[in-house]
Amino acid sequence: MLKFVVRRLVQLVPILLGLSLLVFAWVRALPGGPETALLGERATPARVAEVRRAYGLDRPLYQQYGSYMGRVVRLDFGQSIATQRSVASEIRRRFPATIELTLAAMVFAIGLGLPLGFLAARRAGTALDQLSMGGSLLGISVPVFFLAFILKYVFAVKLGWLPTVGRLDVLRTVSHPTGFYVLDAVLTLDFPTLVDALRHLVLPGIALGTIPLAIVTRITRAAVLEVVNEDYVRTARAKGLTAGVVNRRHVLKNAMLPITTVIGLQTGLLLSGAVLTEIVFAWGGMGSFLYQAVFDRDFPVLQGGILFLAVVFVLVNLLVDISYGLLDPRIRVR
Amino acid sequence: MSLAAAEAAALVVEEGGSLRRDAWQRLRRNPSAIMGAALIVVFVAVAVLAPVLAPYSPRAADLSGIRPGFVPGPSAAHWLGLDQQGRDELSRILYGARYSLLIGVVSLGLGASVGMLLGALAGAFGGWVDNLLMRLMDVMLAIPGLLFAIAVAAVLGRKLSSVMIAIAVVNVPIFARLLRSSMLSQRESDYVVAARSIGVSRWRIVVNHILPNAVAPVIVQATLALATAIIDAAGLAFLGLGSADPGTPEWGRMLAETQRYLQSSPQLAIFPGLAIVLSVVGFNLLGEALREALDPKLRR
Repeated sequence: MLKFVVRRLVQLVPILLGLSLLVFAWVRALPGGPETALLGERATPARVAEVRRAYGLDRPLYQQYGSYMGRVVRLDFGQSIATQRSVASEIRRRFPATIELTLAAMVFAIGLGLPLGFLAARRAGTALDQLSMGGSLLGISVPVFFLAFILKYVFAVKLGWLPTVGRLDVLRTVSHPTGFYVLDAVLTLDFPTLVDALRHLVLPGIALGTIPLAIVTRITRAAVLEVVNEDYVRTARAKGLTAGVVNRRHVLKNAMLPITTVIGLQTGLLLSGAVLTEIVFAWGGMGSFLYQAVFDRDFPVLQGGILFLAVVFVLVNLLVDISYGLLDPRIRVR
Repeated sequence: MSLAAAEAAALVVEEGGSLRRDAWQRLRRNPSAIMGAALIVVFVAVAVLAPVLAPYSPRAADLSGIRPGFVPGPSAAHWLGLDQQGRDELSRILYGARYSLLIGVVSLGLGASVGMLLGALAGAFGGWVDNLLMRLMDVMLAIPGLLFAIAVAAVLGRKLSSVMIAIAVVNVPIFARLLRSSMLSQRESDYVVAARSIGVSRWRIVVNHILPNAVAPVIVQATLALATAIIDAAGLAFLGLGSADPGTPEWGRMLAETQRYLQSSPQLAIFPGLAIVLSVVGFNLLGEALREALDPKLRR
């Protein structure tokens, strides 16, 4: 097991090296540099040269890449050109928002998708099955920004139940020791803030969680159908175990392998790719942050941020692979 | 030709055709395939016939009924009402199908061909070619898809072709890996071993035996990827990365521009949104049905 993890981590190195080169080349291929975004109308050749020198952009590319990588291995991503704060501290500030949103989306997806997929499989061919399969096809077909629009229109504009943007009411000033607003509210025993933070999570969580919901439902249904016809399930039933015990211990436990894989992969995707949802709901996470950095030509933020998200993505996938071994002892032996 | 040889030849033809014919039979009997195909036919027909079907020009503005924060809703003259700039909403949606279809087909065609070429090279040669190409694909896959597309589109500037290339680039590693793994699974199959044992050249085995059999999952993926391409194109347009021409009737852009009319005129966002959903559902339905038809094991 340890050997497997180490080997996977070693395999990661060339991928990350390639990725850092790709991102490095990409930001420099963007039309205009940080100086045009920073100076705008006030750009004179002298000032442009000054800004480029200040950020080391006048040096040869290989030198820039060398010093960039030299800092990256010490986990120093440099300083954001737009906000003048270190990229690391910006990530520390925004990544919790993305994690919080991802968790909300996955709670929605798993909480609804697992039972729905299970029921659909147990009642395969019935109206419930067809409805849930049709629903999940619709779920993967709706663009997230359109779904967000509908949700906002129904629950915020028409019914007035939930807020449409942000993570907290703008009038609320509270301290954020961890950056996870829900956790912060629990830690400081601030009940009204907790409710407010949770209310702000509902709509973006549903919008972002709909595609994972569709996928979890489908994979659960398929996995359960695969297992229910196995001999050991028949045996378990034959020896008189109750339906509940058979479902829990024999069916679900064996069906969990593909389901866990999908949940893990989806979580990795959401952590790294919630650009649209974050923008539509003005959610101050990594997605909207990097999107803004594209327009600010904020080279350090793009280089550091994308590398960071890619590492997260690859690590989550590694965790998924490791979890195979925990869920299925047969794989551990091999 | 002896009778036995002729019989054998006929048998081979029948065997060769039967898999595909079986798949076609299964597809024809699947109601969701019919529904998906119907949606796609309507979508393509609207795209092609937009100038004939659309009652107005998608750019002609009639500002007489527009007041700040208010746009006229559906009426007899304008079935879906006017947009915030006094243009006929129905005409814009009909013309929007052209952009969706064009971006989807071009970007997928481009991405899938480059991806399949790389995948076929990796699968056919193996060794260091395979290793190098697949590590490159790993790097590309490590970047979140939409962010990658945004990155590419931002480099190329605000043009329709940027969106196409951006979505194509995202598709390259997906198709490369898919075709490669599908080829690898064919490589060990009995008929390939048989061909190799009677001395068929490596090149001919790849071209005549492995590729035709490995292509089924690619067809399925292509159909589903068209759905994703339409969503991604709409997403990029929504983010303002589409064509620089503000009059372009792209569905994603129409949705983005009407966000401020959420309260007064939700129909301005609902109609283009529904257009996206319906076309995407069409490709997803057909893709799923194709997957079932080509791989009967999946059918339940």
